[in-house]
Amino acid sequence: MNPISQQDNLLYDKLRAVIAERKNLRNPLIEILRNAQEIFGYLPIEVQEFIAQEMNIPASKIYGVVTFYNFFSMKPRGKYTLNICMGTACFVKGAPRLLQMISDELGVEVGETTSDGRFTVSAVRCVGACSLAPVFVIGEDTFGRIETRDKINEILKKYD
Amino acid sequence: MSLKRIDLLICCGSGCISAGALKIKERFHAVLSEKGLTNEINIIETGCMGPCDYGPVMVIYPEGIFYKKVTPEDVDEIVAEHFVKGRPVQRLMLQDEDKTIAAHKEVPFYQKQVKVALANCGFIDPESLEEYIATGGYEALGTVLTQMTPQQAIDVVKESGLRGRGGAGFPTHMKWKMVHDRKEDQKYVICNGDEGDPGAFMDRSLLEGDPHRILEGMMLCAYSIGASQGFFYIRAEYPLAIKRIKQAIEQAREVGLMGKNIFGTDFCFEAEVRTGAGAFVCGEEMALIHSIEGERGNPTPKPPYPAVSGLWGKPTVVNNVETLANLPTIFVKGAKWFSTMGTETSKGTKVFALTGDIRNTGLVEVPMGTTLREMIFDVGGGMIGGNEFKAVQLGGPSGGCLTAEHLDVPVDYETLKARGAMMGSGGVIVMDDQKCMVNVAKFFMDFCVDESCGKCSPCRIGLKQMYNILDRITKGEGQEGDIEELQRLGETVAKISLCGLGQTAPNPVLSTIRYFRNEYEAHIKDKACHTKVCRDLFHFKIDKSRCIGCSLCSRKCPANCISGSREDKYTIGQVDCVKCGNCQDVCPVKAIDRIPGIHSDVTAHKEALLKRKARED
Repeated sequence: MNPISQQDNLLYDKLRAVIAERKNLRNPLIEILRNAQEIFGYLPIEVQEFIAQEMNIPASKIYGVVTFYNFFSMKPRGKYTLNICMGTACFVKGAPRLLQMISDELGVEVGETTSDGRFTVSAVRCVGACSLAPVFVIGEDTFGRIETRDKINEILKKYD
Repeated sequence: MSLKRIDLLICCGSGCISAGALKIKERFHAVLSEKGLTNEINIIETGCMGPCDYGPVMVIYPEGIFYKKVTPEDVDEIVAEHFVKGRPVQRLMLQDEDKTIAAHKEVPFYQKQVKVALANCGFIDPESLEEYIATGGYEALGTVLTQMTPQQAIDVVKESGLRGRGGAGFPTHMKWKMVHDRKEDQKYVICNGDEGDPGAFMDRSLLEGDPHRILEGMMLCAYSIGASQGFFYIRAEYPLAIKRIKQAIEQAREVGLMGKNIFGTDFCFEAEVRTGAGAFVCGEEMALIHSIEGERGNPTPKPPYPAVSGLWGKPTVVNNVETLANLPTIFVKGAKWFSTMGTETSKGTKVFALTGDIRNTGLVEVPMGTTLREMIFDVGGGMIGGNEFKAVQLGGPSGGCLTAEHLDVPVDYETLKARGAMMGSGGVIVMDDQKCMVNVAKFFMDFCVDESCGKCSPCRIGLKQMYNILDRITKGEGQEGDIEELQRLGETVAKISLCGLGQTAPNPVLSTIRYFRNEYEAHIKDKACHTKVCRDLFHFKIDKSRCIGCSLCSRKCPANCISGSREDKYTIGQVDCVKCGNCQDVCPVKAIDRIPGIHSDVTAHKEALLKRKARED
């Protein structure tokens, strides 16, 4: 394990403040985990243990919740998350092919992060932009009706 | 407040935003301030107008002119021609055959629609409480709080015939009555906004496009059942919906529509937003309740029902977004008015997300009992790309596929169920004859396997087994008896699973077997996918009469299995082909076809391998 750096200390202080603020709400665990993921980018075991101690609940319970929901990740993520919509409408309009093209382009499979740490590719269930199928999302930007490799390349270039 | 002569309504639903609506809005602001017209023209950002396929769309009042597929470059012309000179821009209007349609209400897409839940969506600024009130908002709440007892309010809902819009269609008044009759100090109401069905976006559009309506609906429910606290459970993938609901709650609190003694009565109410974290099963009410409690979203056996022991063990009503959206109008216009729409057992209207291989994709609201034909061909504008209609998938992973013979079936809860489909939350995915139904069934099974919470074994193990069989079939390894095994497993899983996810998950497989059995048989017996979708069950072939010998395919082939020359033309080495499709994409004269079935070379190669292995053993 890496020694805890100054930077990490700051992050833990931030998390401690979030927990203190929300502790008295009724059952705030999921909201706190969301905040923790925003602060750290992901939820490694150390962070989960920290939350367990601060909230005085078993770490096993936190692990159970983290692994249940797709939204939480225990692996570091890239600078941008590229979500490919695998909803039904996108599926019938060719999402598997889009996925193939994107993963060829970036050289990673779904769930992996590019070696330069730029993109994490993941597949999601419906982003609700079905009329633009097939769709992928980078951050908050949605790209629809993408059918060629050139177009994908052009879009990916915009994100450094 | 100044009076402005033109209202410019820009659709900022998810479809139009993805198509660039925000850039257009910014451009309008820039051009109008440049020309000094900001005092004359009112730019309003609305929720989803519906015809997403035309996006970005906008409507300009007072005339009600409808523009489609607007780009930032069109903005200058709209301002100069339409706003300054009063000459609407013809080329941005909808062309229907040789007719130009100028007016918003004449667009064919809207003709068979009746907007109740969606009445304000795309018509008002969702971030303005004043605009909601101007359309009659909070009138229902005022009337009910000051003139009706909770029992009387429940009776109105009973008379209207409103049923849950989340999928199962449970009568809303019965849920309410059960909670109303419990004598407890604390009760809760939850709005289920965990819209997880792939291919469905109506709850999102409602939450984003008319948040106050949902809030008012929730308060009407709360008063009727005696709850003083409500929760919105909205999935994390919808950040704008979360923001708008939070904002609506704040606005309502500021003017006293939330908090203590609302409308001067004894009714007190507080609402709060909880966000999901990406688990499909949390749409199930018990799982949703556990998720709000901060636990894993596992369903628990019913009874006890949430009406008896729900959130933190207290009686709880869980209503879908669209169910709540109907309530204000029911109380204003009356139960009788509402129940005149629809069929014998299903009253009112239903919002559908219409997508797939049709011309007009988008958000539609039609009276219950509208036929699939009207929805797909009249509202949806028919098939796109010149292909034939093959099937329509209703109800997401819990629903089923219907065929051309069901096009004249009136859509209501019972008729769909009898035919193996389901109303579900309202996703309608239209498929043309290029789609492989076995592959579609596999897609849904993959979804359900992934989203099964794993608590009960029929769902956790049974669905996985079904998926394995489907996977085998699509890879050319199907066996005699696979169809029967799928049916047996499906019926068992449906019968003994704990919650709605497992009980309905086999539907897509069972319904496709019911209506497209021949496709399953072709995959299993002939090892052929006639729609040429399943990679292992078709092969590529170069038609030598069309091939010009340019060698492009050979150069682009990652497996190096295409050989030939300009004179002899090119041939694909079938044994090494990985079916990537590059050759077909790059061929300049489209000389490469997909042929159903496994090539004889590949079959022979496999047999030879098997024989050698047997000898070695």
